[in-house]
Amino acid sequence: MSDNRPLASSPFSRRLFLGGAAAASAAALGACGSNHGSGSSQGAGGKTAIQQWYHQYGESGTQQAAKRYAAEYKDAAVTVQWIPGDYDTKLTSGLAGSSGPDAFEYHLSRALVTSNEVVELTDLIADVKDDYSDADLGSCTVDGKIYAIPMIDDPQLIFYKKSLLEAKGISSIETLDDLVSAAKELTTKDVKGLFSGNTANNDGGALVGPVIYSTGGRYLTQDMKIGFDTGLVADALLKLRQLGTDKSLLLGAPTDWTDPGSIQNGLCAMQWIGMWAVPTMSKAIEDLGVMPFPKAAPNGQPSVASGGWSAMVSAKSKHIDEAKAFTKWLWVDNTKDQEDWSLSYGFHIPPRKSLAAKATKLQSGVAATCVQLNADHGVQNDPNWTPAMGTALTDAVTRIVGKGADPEKELAAAVKKINTELQKF
Amino acid sequence: MVGAAMPSRVVTDRPSTSRTGTAVPVRRIRGQRWAFWAFITPFLVGLIGFVYVPIIWSAVLSFFDAQGTVVPTRFIGLANYKRMLTDGAFTSALLTFTLFAVFIVPTTFIVSLGLAMMVNRIQAARAFFRSVFFLPTACSYVVASLVWKLSIFNGVRFGLANQVASLFGSDPIAWLSTINPPLYWIPIVSVRLWLQSGFYMILFLAALQNINPELYEAAFVDGAKGGWQLFRHITLPLLRPTAVSVLLLCLIAAYQAFDEFYNLLGNAEYARPPLVYLYYLALGTQQNFGLGSAGALILAALIAIVTILQSRLLGFGSKGES
Repeated sequence: MSDNRPLASSPFSRRLFLGGAAAASAAALGACGSNHGSGSSQGAGGKTAIQQWYHQYGESGTQQAAKRYAAEYKDAAVTVQWIPGDYDTKLTSGLAGSSGPDAFEYHLSRALVTSNEVVELTDLIADVKDDYSDADLGSCTVDGKIYAIPMIDDPQLIFYKKSLLEAKGISSIETLDDLVSAAKELTTKDVKGLFSGNTANNDGGALVGPVIYSTGGRYLTQDMKIGFDTGLVADALLKLRQLGTDKSLLLGAPTDWTDPGSIQNGLCAMQWIGMWAVPTMSKAIEDLGVMPFPKAAPNGQPSVASGGWSAMVSAKSKHIDEAKAFTKWLWVDNTKDQEDWSLSYGFHIPPRKSLAAKATKLQSGVAATCVQLNADHGVQNDPNWTPAMGTALTDAVTRIVGKGADPEKELAAAVKKINTELQKF
Repeated sequence: MVGAAMPSRVVTDRPSTSRTGTAVPVRRIRGQRWAFWAFITPFLVGLIGFVYVPIIWSAVLSFFDAQGTVVPTRFIGLANYKRMLTDGAFTSALLTFTLFAVFIVPTTFIVSLGLAMMVNRIQAARAFFRSVFFLPTACSYVVASLVWKLSIFNGVRFGLANQVASLFGSDPIAWLSTINPPLYWIPIVSVRLWLQSGFYMILFLAALQNINPELYEAAFVDGAKGGWQLFRHITLPLLRPTAVSVLLLCLIAAYQAFDEFYNLLGNAEYARPPLVYLYYLALGTQQNFGLGSAGALILAALIAIVTILQSRLLGFGSKGES
């Protein structure tokens, strides 16, 4: 997202430059001393200064909107940091050190709680708890305590061009086998069947979670055990591998699966992406269709990966109370801005049931189908699934899907690593 | 050895008792001491603060369960080391590095030596060719990796490499994610080759220009046939010190490979050199500083062993070598 301010047109003298450079270096040195992260204290007008971090949303207008909300808040001087690139790494190192945010958006993981990086927010949400679904609250809860406020829900599904499927006589895709053969049929010299990530032929792209869900499994069970049948997942992963060996996958595209560029530019017939892209995709593609990830085992169920973002407060913040107050103001009380954030840029489902019910933009067309499929098949993030478990599984999947290793053996090794992590709880 | 050709003239200080007696030199020496510390202190503080303390602290962390904290409390002895050495992902990262070194070190050597020989022989537009091959050295690894990933080696039909491949009737190839055959090595090796050959070319060029032309003339008189024979028996032996240092610099640079792997392949299991793996383990979302430190120290030990071995085998860096 670019800031479209025109370049200054005044003559740019050497003295001005040197003055500017001196001021900039003074500011930089000052920044070394007074930490502008969570250590900052006083903002404009003597108000407490709060740093709020967002990852970079792809839709135009989002950054301006985030800054507008921050400016509307009167009790503290909130500065928005818009983080492009690898938000996960920037945020986790910020939270571990002292340069992190006061308030931020992320996905709750047990690791954040056990390493004392986030504060409990149960009291912030107490009055309106019934206005959230159990699934949303579940993804924000660790050991019965709520650490995050749901901001937006992002169902991720398979979007496709109806005309391309009709041309091949593909009427419905019910199973993973159907998906594999449809992707193969839809592939031509210039258009690939399916896009699910630039390296999906190796690591399964964004489809690893959906594959597990669609076999009827989950990452973990309620009582913290492995939640999937390794035999069923092994079979399904071999089908993911087939997508790659059939050469049905779009790979190495200029943008990744979270951006609608590939399906809009005719590089693929089907793309795994979130509902956030529905406004732009609907404009570019007249015959846009959507379906859940098909069932991946005889007794499986179709699934929708119900992602999203939640608001949290850093435990390292020097102004925890102020950051909590701001988070409550924006993500609990301020339904006007929540509605704007969910519906005015990309499409997201507002986690507040009362807001979702009156979201007219989501009640027609492709968006309405997404909302319905999410209600029927959505599976939320599990905060107990930690990054270390994710790496163990992804590495196993890469060896199975990418290298054709023995799936049962690889999954067994991953399960062993995951169990080691589970024992730490 | 070039060291033997060092001039034997000894540079001596001006005699201290020349004109002004003995008091001034003493003050000057004191002044020099002060100046010595004034110049050295900032760097010493930096060195201690940013190099030695982190190394020592990292050694401490490697014996603790330090997940998400740098002030851990749970001592676990050698468990981190044991886990790293039995961790298939770390050992395969070491294998990735070895493969990478096997590719990149000889190719860089041959390409930069070849370029240097050509630039050395060329008569017209010498300065132009020297700068043109040296210029990529000024480019950042990150920028080059992004150009490689997004425009040259992207996987769609309008990528540069795929346009060339399509002339030969090939379908678009996913360069970065094809592991069978392992095509991802082409972008990985070519980006580093493009970035660093120019630098090593300059080193070779300097060494080539140091070779006395009379040696070639003498060889001709003795009946040498030129071409390969001259290269094999005169150029190559005289280039030995430079060649050894280029080999070592290449090897060390390969050990430190991070930027192009990180930017081109991210956390890909099939091509993850040790530094990328440790980065994701310690500084990425896992924040496991204990395991990361253990891995870093194992890596440091390996580099130390290789350095000592090469010093025994090739003699680079030992006394008398220049």
